[in-house]
Amino acid sequence: MDVVSQLQKQFIDFSSSLYREGYVDDQFSQLHKLQDESSPDFVVEVASLFFDDAEKLINSMARALEQPCVDFKQVDSHVHQLKGSSSSIGALRVKNVCIAFRSFCDAQNREGCMRCLQQVSHEYTMLKSKLQTLFRMEQQILAAGGSVPLE
Amino acid sequence: MENGFSSPRNDTFNPAGLRVLVVDDDLAWLKILEKMLKKCSYEVTTCGLARDALSLLRERKDGYDIVISDVNMPDMDGFKLLEHVGLEMDLPVIMMSVDGETSRVMKGVQHGACDYLLKPIRMKELRNIWQHVFRKKIHEVRDIENIEGFESIHMTRSGSDQSVDGPLLTGEDLTSVRKRKDAENRHDDRDCGDASSTKKARVVWSIDLHQKFVKAVNQIGFDKVGPKKILDLMNVPWLTRENVASHLQKYRLYLTRLQKDELKTSVGGIKQKDSPSKDSAASFGIQNSITVHHHNDVSNGGYRFSRSNSVVQNVDAKSLEGDVKGIDTIPVTGHKRVLTVDIPNSHKARCSQIGFNGSFVPGHSDVNFTSFDSAIPTQPWSEVSETQFQHEHKPLRLENDFTQLPLPGPRHHIQVDCIQSGPSASSKPSVVDKDNLKPFDCTYKSNYPNAIPIGSAVDTFPVQTTSPIVNHQPFEPIARTTSSMKSQGLNLSCIPDLEAAQRNINWGVGSSLTSLDEDLQLCWLQGDCFAMNLGLQDINFSEYNDPALNSEVPFHLYDTMRFDYEHYYDPTECPIIDQGLFIA
Repeated sequence: MDVVSQLQKQFIDFSSSLYREGYVDDQFSQLHKLQDESSPDFVVEVASLFFDDAEKLINSMARALEQPCVDFKQVDSHVHQLKGSSSSIGALRVKNVCIAFRSFCDAQNREGCMRCLQQVSHEYTMLKSKLQTLFRMEQQILAAGGSVPLE
Repeated sequence: MENGFSSPRNDTFNPAGLRVLVVDDDLAWLKILEKMLKKCSYEVTTCGLARDALSLLRERKDGYDIVISDVNMPDMDGFKLLEHVGLEMDLPVIMMSVDGETSRVMKGVQHGACDYLLKPIRMKELRNIWQHVFRKKIHEVRDIENIEGFESIHMTRSGSDQSVDGPLLTGEDLTSVRKRKDAENRHDDRDCGDASSTKKARVVWSIDLHQKFVKAVNQIGFDKVGPKKILDLMNVPWLTRENVASHLQKYRLYLTRLQKDELKTSVGGIKQKDSPSKDSAASFGIQNSITVHHHNDVSNGGYRFSRSNSVVQNVDAKSLEGDVKGIDTIPVTGHKRVLTVDIPNSHKARCSQIGFNGSFVPGHSDVNFTSFDSAIPTQPWSEVSETQFQHEHKPLRLENDFTQLPLPGPRHHIQVDCIQSGPSASSKPSVVDKDNLKPFDCTYKSNYPNAIPIGSAVDTFPVQTTSPIVNHQPFEPIARTTSSMKSQGLNLSCIPDLEAAQRNINWGVGSSLTSLDEDLQLCWLQGDCFAMNLGLQDINFSEYNDPALNSEVPFHLYDTMRFDYEHYYDPTECPIIDQGLFIA
């Protein structure tokens, strides 16, 4: 198997695993459909926007939860935003943690919120790393002269 | 839209090139939506802030065909933006959110959204958004054609006792009239009707213009209002009767919506969230009847309503929050007790925004209508002690009786501000229809278990805000009723009294509103109402402290009422004219 085919196979395997393991969902593939000649880096760009947003939000949540008197509404608002943001790229696991997170906010349960914060942070970090790997693989394929297989 | 999308007859419509304005604080979504819309061959403009969006829209009055906006935005609640757009520019607005809860969707619809999309949004959902633009165009044309029909319908309706026909009776009627007329006028629309009925450039109802409109409506009296009269009073040379007629129709629908919204929210509890409206409090303490039952936090007293930042007329924004006491002697003098609810009173003029009251706090949905209740003894209901709740019970019952209850004031107010998200037309001109204190059968009945107490509460009638109005005279009767109500809680026994009381109550608001004119800002007093009630001179609340009354109003009742509310409200009956928001 030549280099390109090998890279492509690895890419497909890796990409399938992301879907299988719930890191991303159908929305992620929808983004790929939107990518075209006029915006060849569309997916990467959207992902970057998501990363920026998510990091800001997670930091804000952490700050809010550190306060002696936690403003749960504020935390909830951040979580809601993160939920929206994660839906843009199809970050399924992150989104699911957000859902649980919100109920802890409603219940004003600081412990629960702290746990969710850790979880969401973990999921986010994992996702970011996986996506960066995926994008790197794409670059390698292109660099080797091949084309990136579609889902 | 004179952008050439459709032929004069609106028979054909070419979606391509539709000018879409997308508003979302989430940059990733903004990018995605832009891409998707471009793929649909639409012309896209993106905006990350609601305020920027509004400036863009205002700068280029006819520059966009449709607006798509997210519900949760940092600088302004999406619902508020929705109201603004509907009112000022009369463009179709689609809301979006990752949250698909029924209540949110309902809120969107109530505020005039023509659709509500859930994120993640798919291409196919965006492909068809042009239908909303087309639909509006068609209706606009029909509007012009059917002004006559509209007016005649209006005449028929006004004055008649609306018995919960449903809030949109007028609207529906118009629709049927339109349809009929449309069939009759198959020829070019432009030629039918008045000379001015040709498809003209869309009139943009600026804040000033709208204020004039509301003022005129208030002067005439909501139930007697008609496009010609309004036009005459407004004294705007370039404005045509058709413009006014169609605006009036929207206004009515808006009021209806507000009412419903208020009731709903109030039922949910009045939360006075930090909404700025408090400050604006204009005070109408609609005490009367709306005892807003706030399950949630009454203490907040407030509704969130209305923000009325703009509107606030300076009424003292008394803290709606749970400060019942605030109102000292309320009422009659129009105390400000401000409820969060900003009643759109004539103040509208004040509001910088078109009617929208401050910010509806998006989060807080519940319109705080809470407080109207009339002299309710201070029983702390959930948090808010106030007597308000007492009336709550009543509302449930009152439902049926509302028709008699004049509560005009509260009703209106409630709506006005209640809208949480919506732009509370805070400036809403005191909707109160002075002349028409007719029993507020509308909406309150259904939705507001608490609020409705109008019947009983009616007397308690709104606390007057600092501004003029609100004469609290009626309060006395309330006291009476209250006591009777007390024993029963929900029972409507007081109704009979209420009715009498109602008659006495001059919905102060109504009359006062007139006087208030711009200053009127009815604020539903939330939670504070109680305080207000207490303050009421005429009302002797002390007798009301009947714990029984405070018993919790069966929530389920509220729910029922809430949803029924819609049926009850008849815009024409509503004396209060909400200047503020109404979404066209």
